[in-house]
Amino acid sequence: MAIKTNKAIKISKKHLLGIQDLSVNDINYILDESEAFIKLNQSKNKKIDVLRGKTQINLFFEPSTRTQSSFELAGKRLGADVMSMNMGNSAIKKGETLIDTAMTLNAMHPDIIVIRHQDSGACNLLSQKVNCVVLNAGDGRREHPTQALLDALTIRNRKKKIQGLKIAICGDILHSRVARSNIYLLTMLGAEVNIVAPSNLMPKEIEKFGVNTFTDMKKGLKDCDIVMMLRLQNERMTSSYLSSNREYYEYYGLTPDKLDHAKSDALIMHPGPMNRGIEIDTRLADDINKSVIKEQVELGVAVRMACLKIFCE
Amino acid sequence: MKKQYFINANIIDPHNSINENGGLIIGEGGKIEAIGKKVNTNNLPTREKPTDLKGKYIFPGIVDMRVFVGEPGYEYKENFRTLSNAALSGGVTSVVTMPNTDPIIDNVSIVDFLKRRGRDKSKINIFPCASLTQNTDGTNMTEFGLLAKKGIIAFTDGVKTIQNTRLMSRIMNSAKDLGCLVMQHAEDYDLAKNGMINSGIIATKLGLSSIPDIAERIIIERDLTLLEKTKCRYHISQLSAGKSVDIIKERKQNVKFTCGVSINNLSLNENDIGDFRTFLKLSPPLRREEDREALVQGLKDKTIDVIVSDHKPEDEESKRLTFAQAATGASGIETLLSLSLELFHNGSVKLETIIQALTSNPAKILNINKGNLSIGNDADFCIVDINKPWIVKKENLISKSKNTSIEDKKLQGKVTNTFVKGMELFKI
Repeated sequence: MAIKTNKAIKISKKHLLGIQDLSVNDINYILDESEAFIKLNQSKNKKIDVLRGKTQINLFFEPSTRTQSSFELAGKRLGADVMSMNMGNSAIKKGETLIDTAMTLNAMHPDIIVIRHQDSGACNLLSQKVNCVVLNAGDGRREHPTQALLDALTIRNRKKKIQGLKIAICGDILHSRVARSNIYLLTMLGAEVNIVAPSNLMPKEIEKFGVNTFTDMKKGLKDCDIVMMLRLQNERMTSSYLSSNREYYEYYGLTPDKLDHAKSDALIMHPGPMNRGIEIDTRLADDINKSVIKEQVELGVAVRMACLKIFCE
Repeated sequence: MKKQYFINANIIDPHNSINENGGLIIGEGGKIEAIGKKVNTNNLPTREKPTDLKGKYIFPGIVDMRVFVGEPGYEYKENFRTLSNAALSGGVTSVVTMPNTDPIIDNVSIVDFLKRRGRDKSKINIFPCASLTQNTDGTNMTEFGLLAKKGIIAFTDGVKTIQNTRLMSRIMNSAKDLGCLVMQHAEDYDLAKNGMINSGIIATKLGLSSIPDIAERIIIERDLTLLEKTKCRYHISQLSAGKSVDIIKERKQNVKFTCGVSINNLSLNENDIGDFRTFLKLSPPLRREEDREALVQGLKDKTIDVIVSDHKPEDEESKRLTFAQAATGASGIETLLSLSLELFHNGSVKLETIIQALTSNPAKILNINKGNLSIGNDADFCIVDINKPWIVKKENLISKSKNTSIEDKKLQGKVTNTFVKGMELFKI
């Protein structure tokens, strides 16, 4: 299958570290390029050779299922040699620093490093030290750019536009890199963004990013086109942010009665993995008329293929 | 030592209210013999050849109240020899060293070691602090009285804060009985937990855990409430928030205490952290521009008594890490005076106020006979070309560690000569 490329447009950055660094043109360019890969991924022969001869290293310091497998498949379908490193068994455990690991890998001449790390800014540090392209697969609570891009692609596919839509992002905003990347991207593309969270999980001065903030979920969901739920990140919670999961579900879990406040054709999104019965009612998560959660995963591969291709060229 | 004569200098000595053009005579024993406008060519013996300073400034040697030295335990970051050379290049002739070494300075036996090392390896005056609590773990008090007898002039847990209110109250009682100075690093641990930078949009954008300014305020208000009851000698090491300045201004009308500020918080704000610059990971953290302006105003109206360098040498390996993993602190003793002079050059604070906060005020708080140019005292002073432009370059720093918070910054004003006990120990 032939893949059309728009040679006239070039990405403005060397690395993909965050949505903050991208322009509206960059984002639209990546989304447009992703479209072609959606069809490729649905066809019988899924492999092309635009990245043949290139080496991609996946460096995951945090556990990941969908992002890591998505990046791995994306690289393989484009013909790259992909190596996924399980950092749990690596020299980091023996006391090696991130920079030393990076320098070691750099000496093997990779073309792309995909990194996920528990510390905010780890990808920025890495990008300063290696010669190859760095793609951020999530750093601490700062950014997760490919997740925001795949969310945007999903919204665009279903709603045919992003500009003018009313989108609610709900849940554990404080610890969420997905929320931050989505806020940057969606506001840049002209959506109206509502942030819904209890005060303890609301980052300071988030309204300065041009979003509306709500502690009452019903008010925050009013007339929304999209309801984006986030996972409660219990592993990042070091002290009492919430009284209990059942109280959280009562006030901030997505249930049919709360969803009634959104538009009747509102779509439900979730970056996964889900805590069913904590942030989302299990029936809603599986409602094929409303939930696009599986589609997000599917388009994730296409978006990552586009990113690998664009940034590697 | 030969007698030395300096003429035609602008002398500022806040302790003696001297701010005039004049000269300085240092006797053979390294003591100050005469100072001021009376010292000029008309009054000097013709056989002597005085040094004409051509309008350069003479300040008392700077007394830096908050300095970390790596000795013992972290000699690879800084030892007494490298610290004293770095200090001299910045006009600092006396330092108060923090007890956060390995082992912690918390008992009498280690003080002897420190004094010996300080005397043998350092060319400047070293005034070591001991910790308030054993091993700085915030549970049991150290022996203030015995340590003071050994020459400890102040007590602090350095980078740590006494969290337990009852213990703090008892510390103040003991300090009052024994006449000891207590210095507190004001930060509530629970509010500051895992925090790295100021709370606000920068922390949200960078995705870093934050330290709200109320973490500082709660400790300050708690301690000042205790102090109303037990009037001991009490000093807040560093302020970082504008709100703290307001509280201190108000409370100083009723209770006697003093406070300091780091030159970093006077000169930089949270925006300088930019793209995860780990050299600007500081404690207390850099805050908003409004906070910085309030601190400058506090210095100007003398709510804040002292400027410190908060010199915390960290080796490259401790900083070449992600922001969360990187060590806290910046090297700053060499640039303390030059960076302070920026506040004078930009018209924010009077020169005399700045020099007072660097010399006579800390000496007074510490109750030491330093930071002045009184006749008969040790001739500890520096000569400063107040307009000389220069650029801070990592590779030119003398300190063993190069973690400056102001790499590539253009400064105006440089120490050209530093004297300790009448001996010229630094010269460019």
